[in-house]
Amino acid sequence: MQAASQQLGNAVSLDAVTVAFSVADGGVYTAVERADLSVAAGEFVAIVGPTGCGKSTLLNVAAGLLRPAEGSVRIFGEPLRRLNPQAGYLFQADALFPWKTALENVAIGPETAGVASAEARKNALAWLTRVGLGNFAGRYPHMLSGGQRKRVGLAQVLIRDPKILLMDEPFGPLDAQTRQIMGNLLLELWTADRKAVLFVTHDLEEAIALADRVVIMSAGPNAKIIGDWRVPLARPRDISEIRLEKEFHDLHREIWSVLKDEVLKGYAQSTLAGAAS
Amino acid sequence: MNRAGLLALQLLIAVVLIGIWHVATTVPIGGVKLLPPFFFSTPYDVGARIVKWLVEGTIWRHLYITLLESVLAFVIGSVAGVMIGFWFARQQLVAAIFDPYIKMMNALPRVVLAPIFALWLGLGIWSKVALGFTLVFFVVFFNVYQGVKEVSPTVLANARMLGMSERQLLRHVYWPSALSWMFSSLHTSVGFAVVGAVVGEYLGSAAGLGYLIQQAEGVFDVAGVFAGMIVLAVFVILIDVLVSMVEKRLLVWRPAPGDARA
Repeated sequence: MQAASQQLGNAVSLDAVTVAFSVADGGVYTAVERADLSVAAGEFVAIVGPTGCGKSTLLNVAAGLLRPAEGSVRIFGEPLRRLNPQAGYLFQADALFPWKTALENVAIGPETAGVASAEARKNALAWLTRVGLGNFAGRYPHMLSGGQRKRVGLAQVLIRDPKILLMDEPFGPLDAQTRQIMGNLLLELWTADRKAVLFVTHDLEEAIALADRVVIMSAGPNAKIIGDWRVPLARPRDISEIRLEKEFHDLHREIWSVLKDEVLKGYAQSTLAGAAS
Repeated sequence: MNRAGLLALQLLIAVVLIGIWHVATTVPIGGVKLLPPFFFSTPYDVGARIVKWLVEGTIWRHLYITLLESVLAFVIGSVAGVMIGFWFARQQLVAAIFDPYIKMMNALPRVVLAPIFALWLGLGIWSKVALGFTLVFFVVFFNVYQGVKEVSPTVLANARMLGMSERQLLRHVYWPSALSWMFSSLHTSVGFAVVGAVVGEYLGSAAGLGYLIQQAEGVFDVAGVFAGMIVLAVFVILIDVLVSMVEKRLLVWRPAPGDARA
């Protein structure tokens, strides 16, 4: 009974989720094996793991873009059958519509949902201003820098007011300074309206600085969740400052001792695969 | 290089070529002209012929006919190419069934079709439009097909996550992507429309630039042939400028080639 009510409180709960792909030579590649993961409403969870461990796979399962081979996915207690309508997804690669201006890109969400164009655009401009791009509304994506494109992407997702925010290494391609600025912007927006966040990254420092909880995955294939740490750092946080605190370092050292082996394993596998092919 | 300088150099090339032509056809070197005027005409004669056409006004009708045929071939070929390309890209089975036929038809040299079109559609404009159509259609068709197939999977996933229905995906994702590929082949397809019209006229007609050139060739009127070619060249350049202007307006969202941030 208690377990059931706890499940209801979770924005996302993955229960013994296994994801498998059939590969070209007829075999089956198991990317993720029996993963249990839950994100409470309003909680910020970061998933960290070596490259190619299936972090993004889990995210796609939570989004409903991928169907697990086994296990169940529940969104606010409801089994997920199709695309997750409660979720906003910020992709790693460029996902803006290149033929739409920044303003049109942000307005498209509400317009799709049937909001009148004029109102959607007014709202979109307000969101662009919130992410610091009020003066760039008429620019096309190729005229914006990588960081600015991520800001537009953030506005595009948040304007729909999703209850769950899924982020797949969203700041991966950005330079270190821009990543910190974007991290702070994300925290600021998140603090104003706490959504459940599932944030995938390979950068442990970024994960600790942003999240309430850090989940570690083992190297793939058959990746599993091998660790789950609560981050005791106080909020509001400043990403660039928090890295200097002792608690941050202690936690980092503790998680890294687990993660390091997996990173080496993942690295060995990828080089082995490279040598074999 | 600024625009004026570039234009000056471009004009210089024309001046030099015409100069060589002039000297070789009019100044005897050791008693012989390098290029006999009977075969090569002279720049003066060709120029005089063009001026005569313009003054008498006979050229306008031919230009109008060729332009009309080109525009019709381009419009009809593009519309058909967009629709069928779109349909094939969305229906993989249809595409697979028709695949060998599409390849066969595209491999066929269009010139062999010209007599058949003349037979079916007569010597008027429609047999030329049909020839241009067979050229334009395939360029547009392949580009649109590619454009729909190569929509970025991330953009598509993003559109789905933003709540787009299948119809909205068509409108906001597939359609703009297909059109952008079509527009990027605008120069090629417009060029082919003109080629179809002129070749069709050349092979059998009563008007148009191709007809003009063919008539001149028939009586060994080399000046007439060159004059026709030059008018045709200017005509094509003007159309190309127009296409570039249209392209610039339609593809504002495209990064310019070599744009470092793209």
